[in-house]
Amino acid sequence: MNRRYVVRRLLQVLPAVASILVVTFAVVHAAPGDPVVAVAGESGDEEYYAFMREKFGLDRPLLTQFWTYSTNVLRGDLGVSFVQSQSVVALIAERVPATLLLMGSALVVSTVGGVLLGAMAARRPFGPFDLGVSTGALIGYALPSFWLAQLAMLTIAFRTGWFPIQGMTDARASYTGLAHWADVAHHMVLPSLVLAASEIALITRIARTGILAEMDSDYVRVAQAKGLSPTGALVHHALRNALLPVVTVVGTRIGFLFSGAVLVETVFGWPGLGRLVLSAAQTRDHPLLLGMVLLVAFSLVLANLVTDLIYARVDPRIRYR
Amino acid sequence: MSTPASATADLEGGAPPSGLALPGGGPAAEAEAPHRWRAAVRRFLRHPAGMTGLVLTLLVVVTGVLADVISPGDPFRTVADPLLAPSGTHLMGTDNLGRDVFDAVVHGARTSMIVVLGVSALASTVGLAVGLVAGYRGGWADDLLMRLTELFQSVPRFFLVLLIVALFGAGLDNLIYVLALTSWPTLARVSRAEVLSVRDRTYVEAARSIGATDWRIAMRHVLPNVLPTALVVIALTGSRIILLEASLSFLGLGDPTVMSWGYLVSNANRFLRTAWWMSVFPGMAIAIAVLGINLMSDALNDVLAAYSQTRGKRRARRLRRRRPALAGAGV
Repeated sequence: MNRRYVVRRLLQVLPAVASILVVTFAVVHAAPGDPVVAVAGESGDEEYYAFMREKFGLDRPLLTQFWTYSTNVLRGDLGVSFVQSQSVVALIAERVPATLLLMGSALVVSTVGGVLLGAMAARRPFGPFDLGVSTGALIGYALPSFWLAQLAMLTIAFRTGWFPIQGMTDARASYTGLAHWADVAHHMVLPSLVLAASEIALITRIARTGILAEMDSDYVRVAQAKGLSPTGALVHHALRNALLPVVTVVGTRIGFLFSGAVLVETVFGWPGLGRLVLSAAQTRDHPLLLGMVLLVAFSLVLANLVTDLIYARVDPRIRYR
Repeated sequence: MSTPASATADLEGGAPPSGLALPGGGPAAEAEAPHRWRAAVRRFLRHPAGMTGLVLTLLVVVTGVLADVISPGDPFRTVADPLLAPSGTHLMGTDNLGRDVFDAVVHGARTSMIVVLGVSALASTVGLAVGLVAGYRGGWADDLLMRLTELFQSVPRFFLVLLIVALFGAGLDNLIYVLALTSWPTLARVSRAEVLSVRDRTYVEAARSIGATDWRIAMRHVLPNVLPTALVVIALTGSRIILLEASLSFLGLGDPTVMSWGYLVSNANRFLRTAWWMSVFPGMAIAIAVLGINLMSDALNDVLAAYSQTRGKRRARRLRRRRPALAGAGV
């Protein structure tokens, strides 16, 4: 991997982080009313307000305030949720694993499923299967994830009774070890499939286009001329290159997965960030919502960085001129 | 073309002098434009997916406009016993408070429509203005505006909107401002790219050479060529807005004084086992609205792509058959 590329890509993280800090600071600062009340809630007493004003330096110039805010955020101090009176970081950290589990499984399911569907659709472009997949993708795009979650309950869970519909584990039993993970996986089937659904639509489209383009190139034609079957040429030669666009969008998808997960979790009662965001939204718990914005924004910066570095590793053509 | 006056008119119209093949073959902004738009409209009318989208979208728009005629009265009022199944009197049943779900869905269409129209109007004005100025002016203006655009894109939209609505209040007007504030960057970037691709074409140079003002060149020669692509992006933004508004009201951050589809779906959550109709009909309304706009923007992409392309490119495109336009739809 080209060292210059890595260094320059790493340096790009700085302006990205700075933008996030500027935007969130500006939003909180522009909010109507006393910022102390916005951050500390209306129920705090005078002493607490004075403490907060001191801590955030709200009587100082704007730039000093921004500096205080930035150092606090970068040190991992996101304030205290005024509804749950616990530190925002602790609240979020407690819920992150469940959400990451859901997002990770949805990421894997949608990537594998989308590439498979895309490859099958690309075998006969504009054939019946391809048209079916395209139509399905169009409709899949239009369904809001939270409604799809309810539909999955109505049509699959209630009818067949195969899947539990609430929570992450069976409340009546306390499994340990392997049985515990089997229980979690059982609970995870529907939420992760629903979360993966709209992603599958996107990946199918990208994979189909990529595969069609690669199958049309000279090296694939050579492979086929040597006697490889179309499937063999696809698997051994075209697929690696066709998958590059799929890798590129992983970073962007993390953002959609976060918002999708929040919505789907509230329907399935999944004990992740979704419930936390829902209650924060309903109680107007600003520090917690700000924490969520920062968490997702920084995750995106990281995801994009990792994607780009992996991309440069897989594809040696990538480098800065 | 014998008198100087008509030659000037020709040049300003951007029509290439006969016998001279222009690279890129810029479309005429004035003389040919109405004719090209008419051709695009004709192609759209023959586009099955596009027409399906148009019908679905019109269904939602007409329902929204005529909401008070179709379902007179306050959609929040109790009209019957709670949780009645769909029937002749209550087409979509009643909810847990005895409110008519059909009335609610009809009024939800109005809310969605108002939000989409408001946001699209604001976001496309700002997006186009920023894109035009950045692309046409170039230099420091371009740098400044593009840094600003990147700034607005650095924070994930859904969560930023959540925070802003929670901080500023969830009135319908606030909602529209917030969604518009986070919606314009995509359009700005796309239209800037389009401006860059036509800025140095011969017909723009020609207009400049005869002393046309920057304003006139931007409005009459550059903007018409940016519009086709911009329309596609605006349509796609519209369908995202419907989903975003629905998600916000699903989380309880919509305007509580107006009926909204997202609120209806979230309200159905606790009654899924007993009242499927509370979830199915409002959700279907969201899906119809989004699908309608997506189909339309797909079709627009197909018909308008030909607008700004030369004949050779158009032919190559036809040979490649339809390109999946939705690949970039996740914006």
